Amino acid sequence: MSADVLLEVYALRRYFPIRGGLLQRQVATVQAVDDISFAVRRGETLGIVGESGCGKSTTARLLIHLLEADAGTITLEGRAIGDASGLTAREFRRQVQMVFQDSYSSLNPRCTIEDTIAYGPTVHGLSWSAARTRARSLLGKVGLDPELFATRYPHELSGGQRQRVNIARALALEPRVIVLDEPVSALDKSVEAQVLNLLVDLKNELGLTYVFISHDLNVVQYISDRVLVMYLGKIVEVGPVDSIYGNPRHPYTRALLGAMPSMDPDNRGKQATLTGDPPNPINPPPGCRFHTRCAHAEMCCSTREPKLAANTGTGNPTGDHLAACHMLIPGSGHSAAPAAAA
Amino acid sequence: MSVATIPKECTAANEGAKPLVRVNNLTVRFITRDRTIDAVNGVSFTVDAGEVLCILGESGSGKSVTLRAMMRLLPPHLTKISGEITVDDEDILSLGAPALSDLRGGEVAMIFQEPMTSFDPVFTIGNQIIETVKRHDGLSESDARKRALELLEMVQIPSPARRLDNYPHEMSGGMRQRAMIALALSCRPRLLLADEPTTALDATVQIQILQLLHRLQRELGMAVLFVTHDVGVAVEISDRIAVMYAGRFVETGPVRAVIREPQHPYTQGLLASTVNGAMRGKRLEAIPGSPVNLAALPPGCAFAPRCRHAEPACAVPPPETWIEPTRMVRCIRATPK
Repeated sequence: MSADVLLEVYALRRYFPIRGGLLQRQVATVQAVDDISFAVRRGETLGIVGESGCGKSTTARLLIHLLEADAGTITLEGRAIGDASGLTAREFRRQVQMVFQDSYSSLNPRCTIEDTIAYGPTVHGLSWSAARTRARSLLGKVGLDPELFATRYPHELSGGQRQRVNIARALALEPRVIVLDEPVSALDKSVEAQVLNLLVDLKNELGLTYVFISHDLNVVQYISDRVLVMYLGKIVEVGPVDSIYGNPRHPYTRALLGAMPSMDPDNRGKQATLTGDPPNPINPPPGCRFHTRCAHAEMCCSTREPKLAANTGTGNPTGDHLAACHMLIPGSGHSAAPAAAA
Repeated sequence: MSVATIPKECTAANEGAKPLVRVNNLTVRFITRDRTIDAVNGVSFTVDAGEVLCILGESGSGKSVTLRAMMRLLPPHLTKISGEITVDDEDILSLGAPALSDLRGGEVAMIFQEPMTSFDPVFTIGNQIIETVKRHDGLSESDARKRALELLEMVQIPSPARRLDNYPHEMSGGMRQRAMIALALSCRPRLLLADEPTTALDATVQIQILQLLHRLQRELGMAVLFVTHDVGVAVEISDRIAVMYAGRFVETGPVRAVIREPQHPYTQGLLASTVNGAMRGKRLEAIPGSPVNLAALPPGCAFAPRCRHAEPACAVPPPETWIEPTRMVRCIRATPK
């Protein structure tokens, strides 16, 4: 397995201090990302889902070093940033690029589209004229006619067109991994489908690897090969997309999937799967962070934190499907857990 | 205000007589010095008492403007509204300011996408509900407080007595939306206008709010006009769906018929481009191009520039074709069954 791992994250943690009072002392901590580890394999699309405040966007920002991690390592093909034999941040960012949700605020309003795309390559040593040529060819690749669009400004473009420009800009450095943070959430449905088609085409053509972050479970199911589910800064479940959607093991994943509105008029009016809102990531509950909303919670859930463990259910012989729930851990003390001997 | 005195059961029993809401050929134009935007271009519909009509459309389709016109919330000096809107035989467009104030929050109430911006941040939730109840139903302070408490219980806010004294910022998003529903329902409106009330919420909270609205709508026998861009939400909540594009209804009908057998090419494209798991590995049938510019509408069918079936005859505005007594399609290809 380790041979095809492109990007690996180990024990990554990021807390944000909250300051208050007269002296701006630290009064609380948001545990945005708390000790998560996962691997992104070469050529796959890893989908990250979760509700607001679960740490998925912080994870994205940590992945491309927009934020410094408090602890943990991120390695690209086994090389970490800053190590003696490792990568410089600049070299890392050339290989790992990002597309943001808000297509407008992520473009410089005073730069033409062509210059926006060409800027990155010039920083990395390409001449302006060569970079502009590359920008024009990328515009063609993302479906915008360079003759029409190269000299326009962001405000002259629609949301879908701007998101295409953002994708072209991410591609300009010929990266190997693109982190997409809610890339289609701000777009209308008809435009969303166009952009998803474009992302699939580009991935096949250029052999890219995607980390695709979204709150939209339908979109994640459509585009991902593997899915990672986050809740309050922790990974609760990770596995192949069909296994996660077809046989979810963690109660939170089940609740999340159960809350998707069905598109079938005869199958509506189902019961809400959870009550209440997600707790605040400031002072998350002890033990399993989901136990306050979980229907199966028992004593052990509020005291000990469950580790990610292999799915002991049927239909998943590869052991690729992991979930962090005491009900799946032998000898955890939960009444539904498998026997310790097994 | 007689609305509060009507027993719950009566409102639902009036069904079948005549529609509660009638909108006839509504047009809304925004006029500024440099351009005119045709936001709504001839919309007609009715809503029966106790019925949920969902307006489904993308951004810029005119769905929210239609909703705001129902309550005259659009800035009068920039807006030109024509057509007819009646709610319970009352002509909304000719109401004066005092009558309009009686109507808003009384007979017709509205909930919005972002409850944080629709509550006043400097008053408690309880204060805002009490003020509304006193204004419309003339209750005393203590009776109004009692009513506010009942309302918070009705929308299932935990420990409601304590929550009455909360300011909006002290509540979570889902809780605020529940409080806004309580405020909207405080005077037993006969018509509830809902403008994307679940769009800003997380998936697990969205379904709770939809179920709550659905239950309250049935219990109180309210008519609901629900605006959304999300097909899944529309299917979950509505009795009838109206699909809107460029300020016109392009297709209306019962929810099953519209979702199962969409007739208008735009509805077909919208449903085909709404991603679901079954489409994995397949190419999405996206609608080409981008949504229409309302400041420069094409003279004929507004969808024609993006439509794969477009033909020269689409250059004149297509008429409403009723293919069944309950189903309208605004396309020249539609034929009555």
